[in-house]
Amino acid sequence: MSATRLKPVDAVVVGTGIVGSILSKELADAGLKVVALERGRMIDPQHDFASPSTYDELKYDRHSDIFQDLSRETITFRNNARETALPMREMGSFKPGEAVGGTSLHWGTHARRLLPWDFETRSRTVERYGKSRMPAGCTSQDWGLTYDELEPYYDQFEHLYGVGGKAGNLNGEIQPGGNPFEGPRSREFPNPPSPMTYAGTMFANACRELGYHPHVNPVAAQTQAYVNPYKLMLGQCIRGGFCSSHACSMGAKANPLTTVMPALLKQANFELRPLSNVVKVNLDSDRKRATGVTYLDASGREFEQPADLAILAAYTFNNVRLMLLSGIGRPYDPDANRGVVGRNYSYQSAGGVTCFFEEKAFNPFMGGGARGTAIDEYNGDNFDHSGLDFFGGAYVAVASGGAMPIRSIRVPPGTPRWGAEWKRAAARYYQRNLTVRLHGACQSYRQNHLDLDPTYRDANGLPLLRMTFDWGDNERSASAWILGKAEEIARAMNPSRMHAQPTAGHYDIVPYQSTHNMGGAVMGADPATSAVNKYLQSWDVSNVFVIGGSAFPQNSANPPTATIGTLACWAADAIKDQYLKRPGALV
Amino acid sequence: MTEEARAFGYLTQPEIRFLDAAVERLIPADELGPGAKEAGVTYFIDQQLASVWGSHGRNYRAGPWPEGTPQQGFQSRLTPREIYRAAIREVNVHCLKRFQKVFEYLAPREQDEVLEGLESGAIELPSLSSKLFFALLLRNAMEGYFADPIYGGNRDKAGWRLIGFPGVPASNYNDLIDEHNVPYRVEPVSILDIQQGKVKLDSQGLPKHVKLKDEERNAR
Repeated sequence: MSATRLKPVDAVVVGTGIVGSILSKELADAGLKVVALERGRMIDPQHDFASPSTYDELKYDRHSDIFQDLSRETITFRNNARETALPMREMGSFKPGEAVGGTSLHWGTHARRLLPWDFETRSRTVERYGKSRMPAGCTSQDWGLTYDELEPYYDQFEHLYGVGGKAGNLNGEIQPGGNPFEGPRSREFPNPPSPMTYAGTMFANACRELGYHPHVNPVAAQTQAYVNPYKLMLGQCIRGGFCSSHACSMGAKANPLTTVMPALLKQANFELRPLSNVVKVNLDSDRKRATGVTYLDASGREFEQPADLAILAAYTFNNVRLMLLSGIGRPYDPDANRGVVGRNYSYQSAGGVTCFFEEKAFNPFMGGGARGTAIDEYNGDNFDHSGLDFFGGAYVAVASGGAMPIRSIRVPPGTPRWGAEWKRAAARYYQRNLTVRLHGACQSYRQNHLDLDPTYRDANGLPLLRMTFDWGDNERSASAWILGKAEEIARAMNPSRMHAQPTAGHYDIVPYQSTHNMGGAVMGADPATSAVNKYLQSWDVSNVFVIGGSAFPQNSANPPTATIGTLACWAADAIKDQYLKRPGALV
Repeated sequence: MTEEARAFGYLTQPEIRFLDAAVERLIPADELGPGAKEAGVTYFIDQQLASVWGSHGRNYRAGPWPEGTPQQGFQSRLTPREIYRAAIREVNVHCLKRFQKVFEYLAPREQDEVLEGLESGAIELPSLSSKLFFALLLRNAMEGYFADPIYGGNRDKAGWRLIGFPGVPASNYNDLIDEHNVPYRVEPVSILDIQQGKVKLDSQGLPKHVKLKDEERNAR
């Protein structure tokens, strides 16, 4: 079947999540004719997310139609190359989105910046601890840009998304109440911090007794009504739970539908085409230049959209898959450790100490997403790793995310999983527990990578992306050691019982962990070890930019979303200020 | 939802009797409140099996189908509908052999023994893994007991009353954030209540919660 060739545009953007919406808006503002192609359906929050339909845990935690439809496309997975990868048939460990607005429609709103150390992971680790600290096969590397270069763009993104928080470091001056370990920020958060809950206050008091510096998480669920720089009004978060994994009825969760789309859709030089599944970036005969993209519409008709500039702004998996299907960049070969596309896939390690109390009432259903209290003493290189057998770390936090009953009932260790005793424990402890949780880094390794599956195909007959991933010993050691510190904090709160669980054993794709799938088309200073340069531009095809979680060379302990949005702002400026003036390689 | 309004879409009468007995052992009635049977969990499972999920309509369903490692997750060719249909019959065959009665007529102690045998995999079923069936049954029982009553379970919000979950939030939670260690106990509100016009809504479209009286609050 031959594709219908459409009228050329200046820029085609693949995906309408955080990255695609920001790039579309910034390029349209610069006067370009922009078309955004989204595989998912159109969303009108007034209809799709009308109250009370979003307060539905069964739908949004298990069966949501804003999550990726795996019947059409999934990934395959194995722990290591000796196994045969099998399809992820059911949603579990992570929940990529599929709708206008992307995965961020159901994100948890945790808008923490990365640490300056995160951008220079390898060089700073080697400098302080020597080369021997890098585990065998570890391919973690520097990002090719620094925190200082990105800082103005973090600031831009935080103001676009109305992040609420308290600065811990304003232009190098440590501020009381904030996170003293954060990189210097040029100004305060646009919105105030969320007040601490009872659980958060208990955790903060225990942390202070032990000499730590507790602070509230920065959140993009608005802590007050807010008008962003695109003149869009966001509502105040009511802390009503049903947040992470759920859509928001209150217009309080910052995402493309609340922060960008209503302004963008009014612009005559922008066109949004939902239900348009891009299957390939088309290259010219010498494969140095993209001529546009090919996509399938809802009826399976094939279209070619010619464009001078192609922005890949899909979820991590699809950015990598589109590069592999289109032949952009050399695919990674883990045996030879050569090639770049699919290299350095990473995830997010964890761990937690659940504490049970006899005489407490936490009202755990009050909360939302990332509301919580944290310490940063064990994150990144904020502590001396001499004598330890790992590098990197985790932040330690108590979240008040809104405890939904199907997913969040915890019972003390030793309680049966069902029956009368389970029921008594569920009734007693749902209100009387909290978890001191680790949110940990994940380094990159030769054996953990993405490529095309040799067997399984999607609904269009194209090969699925294959994930080969397991925890490294570095991550298991970090989780176990930091969990020991979390247990000390937990004990200081005097629970009647505790249950500690580190990241251990093999990575398991079944239980939900986080939708923080990173890397595979990483940025860097060296084309031998990165797929895109520091401006997120393909080293091989200079009119293709690949922006998103796919660009992280390894994963920081901190949630990635704010940095993904920040990279979008950074890349948009590079395209507007440099590329459009002189199209070609920026590095 | 009244009993008369319940029309089963997939399960047969013997299957309904089996599930009523089984889910009641998983979440039994006691002094704390109704069990899973009274909370409509069997009807919930029926409705789920009749839905897109029952045929794994949003799951990846292409072969080949090797068994895989536990870390690779669900790899059965069978859909939830097929799992329930085959497993219930085969568990009853097991019960007839072992106890000369089908599951629903066993003593509670015997029922627990069978459920434990399914959970551990000690009881082998001819066409599927007993662990797979038990895991699905337990997951669906918990979903049916705690999901919004619009799905047919959690009748009269029994699951939410058990743990003190208020359901659809009210818009006053921000005012209560400094009230530390003060239990917030209200009559739970479901999406079903709002659909049926049973609760007053404020200007934001959220329910006004009604506080429970002291004796109800102190029940547990």
